[in-house]
Amino acid sequence: MRTSRIALSTALVAVIAASAVGCTTTDDTETIEVYTPELTISDPWVKAVDDGMTGVFGEFANETDQEVHIIGASTDAAAMVELHETVDGVDGSMMMQEVHGGFTVAPGETLTLEPGGLHLMLMGVVEPILPGDEIAVTLEFAGGATEEFTATAKEYSGANEEYTGDGDEE
Amino acid sequence: MPENPSGAGIGRRRFLLGGAAVATGAAVALTAERTGVLPGSRQAELNAAGLNGARTIEFHGEHQAGIDTPVAAHASFVALRLRPGQDRESLGRLMRLLTDDARRLTSGRSPLADSEPELAAVPAGLTVTFGFGPGFVSAAGATAPMWLAPLPAYPTIDDLRPEWTGGDLLIVASADDPVTVAHAVRMLLKDSRHFASVAWRQDGFRRAYGSEVSGTTMRNLMGQVDGTGNPEPGTADFDAAVWSTDGWLAGGTSMVLRRIRMELDTWDEIDGPGRDNTVGRRISNGAPVTGERESDDPDYEATTAAGFSVISPVAHISRASDAGRVSRTIFRRSYNYDVPPTGEAVSETGLIFASLQADVGEQYIPVQDRLAQADLLNEWTTPIGSAVFAIPPGCGPDGFIGEGILT
Repeated sequence: MRTSRIALSTALVAVIAASAVGCTTTDDTETIEVYTPELTISDPWVKAVDDGMTGVFGEFANETDQEVHIIGASTDAAAMVELHETVDGVDGSMMMQEVHGGFTVAPGETLTLEPGGLHLMLMGVVEPILPGDEIAVTLEFAGGATEEFTATAKEYSGANEEYTGDGDEE
Repeated sequence: MPENPSGAGIGRRRFLLGGAAVATGAAVALTAERTGVLPGSRQAELNAAGLNGARTIEFHGEHQAGIDTPVAAHASFVALRLRPGQDRESLGRLMRLLTDDARRLTSGRSPLADSEPELAAVPAGLTVTFGFGPGFVSAAGATAPMWLAPLPAYPTIDDLRPEWTGGDLLIVASADDPVTVAHAVRMLLKDSRHFASVAWRQDGFRRAYGSEVSGTTMRNLMGQVDGTGNPEPGTADFDAAVWSTDGWLAGGTSMVLRRIRMELDTWDEIDGPGRDNTVGRRISNGAPVTGERESDDPDYEATTAAGFSVISPVAHISRASDAGRVSRTIFRRSYNYDVPPTGEAVSETGLIFASLQADVGEQYIPVQDRLAQADLLNEWTTPIGSAVFAIPPGCGPDGFIGEGILT
């Protein structure tokens, strides 16, 4: 958990943007800890595509003692990002669909985004994402905080689930 | 380059070392005379790590791994041909991807987007080494060393086939487990596919891990002890012979790869003394015909009672010898190949001859010139492939191979 210590020796006003606040008292100052949701992100990658849709994957570990709630994501590389899950389609094929409640990561848990499972869905890719490119992605947490990470583009033949949303992508 | 034995337990079938090899049951005593050429420290390492699959060799460092690190049992040499339109930017993306794959694979971790991540869990001493051909350096807009070009034609010996010759990017993956090598190569090539296509692939092997004391000079499939006299990694002689000090290649080296077919059907016609005479060494133990042990120096001056040289002046070692030359030597790191034959042949066999040296022009070509002029062994060997690569230096944990010309 990223912890910002703000000394409150005088009449300092802290603007608390996050979901929880804890207080401790030291010898001569009172400190207030402002908790910002944060995930430890490892092995982020994105499937290289020329246009249309693609997926972002990786390991998102919650090493804090507070639940982290991802409610959205964005990137300059695509017009829109949705949080997706993969489910069995009625005809036996794998289908993707939006997870409307977002992803929650309990304390000590790791959220794995992977082909065939949960992932960030980029829709309306702006320009070709070439193998080896790096794209910046911003996660949005409940409460308004954000966290940016960089995903490396890899050529990948999987992650071909059909999209069942009502967007304008193919 | 350090070798990191795993913490795995001592294997149950640990070989015994020391003056007297103690063999139990029907086991064969393997502490052959030829191990006498090894430094004592190497022998003491025998199988001490026990289970070998978890062993890793550090990828990062001043030099790339796979040059001065212990030679693994299996290696795959893959040459790629760049697709049109590659430039410094795209090659930078390529080498960042391949470096990331290599650093993960060599530490037993799966690369990003690995479809078979379970196969990465057994590194078995995996090394991945990259080399740049003339086309790569040109596409990167960098200046190539003078020697980075095809070798001179050797019409007296060469029968080069285009399918085994040239290449823009070399990937060498070696490990003591062929499953590990296959997975590593597959992963590296998947990440290369956007940028390049496979020009050729040569798979080679030596004795399996544990069959002999690690570091024993290999035998090629003509039966010859092959690689005697190599400079010992970690010595000043090795450093001077192998590592370049030149510009972006400082800390790197060069690799000449020759695919040398062995004419085993006619070699079969040659009896023991004829074979010894051809090489100038005894097939039995690699000792020069003027000596007793592999480590003995050949005596090119020795003569028979009738006045002839004991070592023929056209024997392989006479022609390949450094004797009387001021130039630095070469370092050989070769592998056997044995692939299915065609037609009526019963074998298609040879050597993936890999020679490392700081300067191809100064060190390699003079030797190759002399061997092409005269060498009894040429009767039974035919170079059918040839390629030259610059091996760039190693990189740190945050760097990538080739960063010296790609950033």
